[in-house]
Amino acid sequence: MKYLSEYRNFEATKKYLEEIHKIASKDWNIMEICGGQTHSLVRNGILELLPEHVRMIHGPGCPVCVTPLNLIDKAIELLENNVIVCSFGDMIRVPGSKKSLLEAKANGGDLRILYSPIEAVSIAKENPDKEVVFFAVGFETTAPANALSVLHAEKEGITNYSILASHVLVPPAMEAILDDEFCTINAFLGAGHVCAIMGIQEYYPLVEKYRIPIVVTGFEPLDLVQGIYMAVKQLEEGRCTLENQYARVVKQDGNKAAKDVINKVFEVGDREWRGIGEIPHSGYVIREAYKKYDAEAKFEISNIKVPENSKCIAGEILRGIKKPHQCDQFGKACTPSNPLGAPMVSSEGACAAYFHFTDNLITS
Amino acid sequence: MDATKLGFDTINLGHGSGGTMTRDLLDKIIFKTFNNPYLNQKHDGSIVKFDRPFAISTDSFVVSPIFFKGGNIGELAVNGTVNDVAMCGAIPKYLSLAFIVEEGLEINDFIRIVNSVKRAADTSGVIIITGDTKVVERGKGDKIFINTTGFGEVHPNANISANNIKVGDKIIVSGFIAQHGMAIMSQREGLEFESTIVSDTTNVNFLVSDLLDKFGSKIHLFRDPTRGGLASVLSEIATDIEKGVAIVENHIPLEKQVAAACEILGLDPMYVANEGVFIAIVAAEVADAVVETMRNHEKGENAVCIGEVTEEHPLKVVMKSLIGGKRIVSPLIGEQLPRIC
Repeated sequence: MKYLSEYRNFEATKKYLEEIHKIASKDWNIMEICGGQTHSLVRNGILELLPEHVRMIHGPGCPVCVTPLNLIDKAIELLENNVIVCSFGDMIRVPGSKKSLLEAKANGGDLRILYSPIEAVSIAKENPDKEVVFFAVGFETTAPANALSVLHAEKEGITNYSILASHVLVPPAMEAILDDEFCTINAFLGAGHVCAIMGIQEYYPLVEKYRIPIVVTGFEPLDLVQGIYMAVKQLEEGRCTLENQYARVVKQDGNKAAKDVINKVFEVGDREWRGIGEIPHSGYVIREAYKKYDAEAKFEISNIKVPENSKCIAGEILRGIKKPHQCDQFGKACTPSNPLGAPMVSSEGACAAYFHFTDNLITS
Repeated sequence: MDATKLGFDTINLGHGSGGTMTRDLLDKIIFKTFNNPYLNQKHDGSIVKFDRPFAISTDSFVVSPIFFKGGNIGELAVNGTVNDVAMCGAIPKYLSLAFIVEEGLEINDFIRIVNSVKRAADTSGVIIITGDTKVVERGKGDKIFINTTGFGEVHPNANISANNIKVGDKIIVSGFIAQHGMAIMSQREGLEFESTIVSDTTNVNFLVSDLLDKFGSKIHLFRDPTRGGLASVLSEIATDIEKGVAIVENHIPLEKQVAAACEILGLDPMYVANEGVFIAIVAAEVADAVVETMRNHEKGENAVCIGEVTEEHPLKVVMKSLIGGKRIVSPLIGEQLPRIC
């Protein structure tokens, strides 16, 4: 746990902040991909320590925020039909079209909050007369554990377990953002944990195609200011390369064992992103060989389709076009206890980060 | 007490019926354990006399698991209410004790809890003067719930009120935060992880009384940051007094292992529950002496000043972060939930 002190060090962080102030001569918009990075930026008060013309734009990397509304309704439908639904904690407060998983639990649904999908397999084993579904959301980061739970269930011969999968991938989302006509982003901070699994190879083509700097970055304050410094330095020098600030965790080729597990259970397919829409080849779908572990194939829930709340601008927030406080509903009709959309309720959502940790006094 | 001589292994609905089984349970366990003149009258209630104004506080305890590292629900139910009474600037004297037991609770567990109640009551100098035991059907409770109400005489020097708080007052925390919440979390079903974190449940009434003896009305407010943690209590105070609260992140007393456990589980220690820790808001001129007095007491040896009351940013708690940035500390909304990644 050395990083708690080393990567939160005041002096080291200050040094990089001073360097950023020294070298940043123009307006730069830098998007941090991951919601964990957004929260760390806001929680540590980094945004106000940056030069005014180095602006951080918050990216789509909040798994809870991009999970489609209809998938939440599907999980609720299962919960209301005597299925034990297991989920990561973040998902349960996110509003579906009528209610959240937490409200469905209060109405009598058997909802279990877990840290690992493997626990859900154990629950299936202990409850052979019940169906158990794990709500498998997330980016490349959570895909290995979710895939492993399927392999684990197969090995143990457990047939009452399946996953409601909504896995999305970072590179196609970056591409969709860059292709947007309103895009103003000059550089990216890549999502460190995603790259820890996948490696960094797939980002070289993006750098080449869009001539944009990408710095794979960690989550601690020192990681972030160093990542921002590296991005600003590239921009000021007119360079665009792929750099790895998070080398203590991220290797060139990622984690082979984890990738093998993902590839065994999942294949790349089209995915819908909440607030953004369908992006081709942007997620994982369960391979044919493992269809019996696919909750959408197992239960009659695939017809559930619901529209988004028209007042919520989550799509613009997730694409970095607007900031949370630029939304008319922010802090008024939309608060963490009464959210209109997912970014206000997820622990990694940009709206929640702004609501909890900033106000006009600090951001002005 | 030897459970084998009781003639029953578990508590069942009959023990809450009000009949002979109830009497049996009370005689053999409750009255025998507490054995004081108030309870021995076996009346519907007790009559007590107070010479000074008195403070009352009530609390219900529903913790799961009921046994955890560093304590159990029994001592928690005593310490929690004793501390609440102390936070009013009062000296806790009497306690009511009501159990709601789910049928099927093992009698040995019940005895263990009752013994802990007795021990904690003796340690904090309070007498159990009235009580109740109900039994509910299986599935309608969670092993055991306890309600306690505490009564205490207000300390003659005390003038505890948020209205007394002034700009410049210092905010002192009596010890390491987040210990209780993380001890419970480390043993929750599905979250078990190896740690030596123990709950900080303890009574702080004698330390509070010492502080009032010494500093009297210079102490403006006591609060114990139980549920919702330090962040929620400070936010409430800022809202109540319509002034700002400024705190410094690297002054927050946080034990290393607790900090690490919070990191792993994605929880913010500022929102994690405490049981044996309190906040004192005191006049600036006595702040150093208050910290020193606390540090000389076993219940306050890690006391530290974490910030002050300000004219700026009224209604808000602003924390200076480790790296020199600033952030708002907002109250907890709902429950802290484990994160995806």
